[in-house]
Amino acid sequence: MNILFYVVFVVFMFYGQRIQMMVMLREVEGSLHKLKYIKEEGRKTAVETVKEIGKPQADPAARIDRFMEYFTIGPQGLDPAGIVWKLEHILDVRDTRFKDEVKLMAPSADETQANNLENTLEAAMALNYIYKIVRHFYLLGKKTYSLYVVMQIQMILPMVMKEAEAYASALKAFAFGQPIGDGAGALVAAKLMQGHETRKIAKDCVVATVPFEGRTAFVIKAEGPGGNVGKPGDAIKEVIDKNNGNIATVVMIDAALKLEGEELGEVAEGVGAAIGGPGVDQYKIEESLVKYHIPINAVIIKEDVGDAVSPLRKEIFDSVENVIERVKQVILERTKEGDKVIIAGIGNTIGIGQ
Amino acid sequence: MTVENSSTQRSRVSPSALMVLFIMLVLSLAALLYGVWILDSYPDLAYIVLLFGFLGTAMAAYTLVQMRRRLSRLKIVISPVTTTIECKKCGFKNVREFQRGDYIFKAVEPCQKCNDKMLITAVYREVKEKEKARFPY
Repeated sequence: MNILFYVVFVVFMFYGQRIQMMVMLREVEGSLHKLKYIKEEGRKTAVETVKEIGKPQADPAARIDRFMEYFTIGPQGLDPAGIVWKLEHILDVRDTRFKDEVKLMAPSADETQANNLENTLEAAMALNYIYKIVRHFYLLGKKTYSLYVVMQIQMILPMVMKEAEAYASALKAFAFGQPIGDGAGALVAAKLMQGHETRKIAKDCVVATVPFEGRTAFVIKAEGPGGNVGKPGDAIKEVIDKNNGNIATVVMIDAALKLEGEELGEVAEGVGAAIGGPGVDQYKIEESLVKYHIPINAVIIKEDVGDAVSPLRKEIFDSVENVIERVKQVILERTKEGDKVIIAGIGNTIGIGQ
Repeated sequence: MTVENSSTQRSRVSPSALMVLFIMLVLSLAALLYGVWILDSYPDLAYIVLLFGFLGTAMAAYTLVQMRRRLSRLKIVISPVTTTIECKKCGFKNVREFQRGDYIFKAVEPCQKCNDKMLITAVYREVKEKEKARFPY
């Protein structure tokens, strides 16, 4: 028994790190196996949805496989002046390219269905990318036998898996055109503009002029019910410019990531432009506000990354009424009767009309 | 209705690996029995046999449990999504399973009671969460 103890001691002394690495690699391998399964299911869902909705003449599988490998190169940031416009241009080109691809893949799809298909393909693309990154670190770790290479991916693996699972459920939501958690802001705006005439403003955005607690509210959201986030930055700028900056306040409503321990659907209030994404819209909104010194308020609905891209949960849906109450409170406290205000519901408006 | 995307769950465990595990488990259990059998007559040998028997059984059982967990982890279950349709005039409400093409504020078929137009007022999923352990913070 003593000899056995010494053998184990010596083995662990010299090979402890290697054994640790093997355990880590095994863990990463298990997750990689799951990611591969999710990615393949995602591809299958995308192909089936394109076939069902788009009714293409030829098999779209090859084109979808090509689409999944698309990439976007961000603008050079060595000279940051004007980088926002360069980024916007690249994102516009990417958007147009995606829309054209979807049209070619699914010629029979109408605008709403095409938007949903685009979202479906983007979710499949994200899954493919996550799988490739994890596979890269796994293979590199195996090749180099470096604990530190494997550790990098092993440490963030739970978060990566959570995101991949979120995209997997998002795929179904996008394929069926179901509202998602990210659309909470758009849903608030849709409820406020219900029964009022809407008109198009900026790209993929609508606005309605709504009497609100003795004020005039310009309610903005992305145009639904197709999967769409629109360009709320342009929309808010346009409304401000049309009113010569005569806007008492802007209230932005968006879904925000919650911290562990916070309740799903919790509503919080603050200041600043509540909008995610690459930052182009936030920049435009802030520029317009600074120009006319307009105060900006934000109301957020808390949810985790999984809930943000998967079908809308009841808790988030129920919190919409609380948000409307908060918005009402903000406007009553911060503006006078007869003032003009902007209420912008931010987020993907898939499955939400107006 | 339970929507789930794991209906075609494929078994990824190779039959040969399962066979090896099974043989290992049988041999380890046999070693355990044999160790108990010879404990009185050859105690030194019996301890070694019992040690290997325990180690073998533990390893085989652990690997089998891990395999089972790995397969069950492949499941991604999405709770059913429901659509609520409401008549604004008489308040008649109808809750049904989500159908492709449904969206919030879509005008649908006329009301069964007053024949006025009905609207989809809600589309959401209800997740039945497991009861969380009490957390004091």
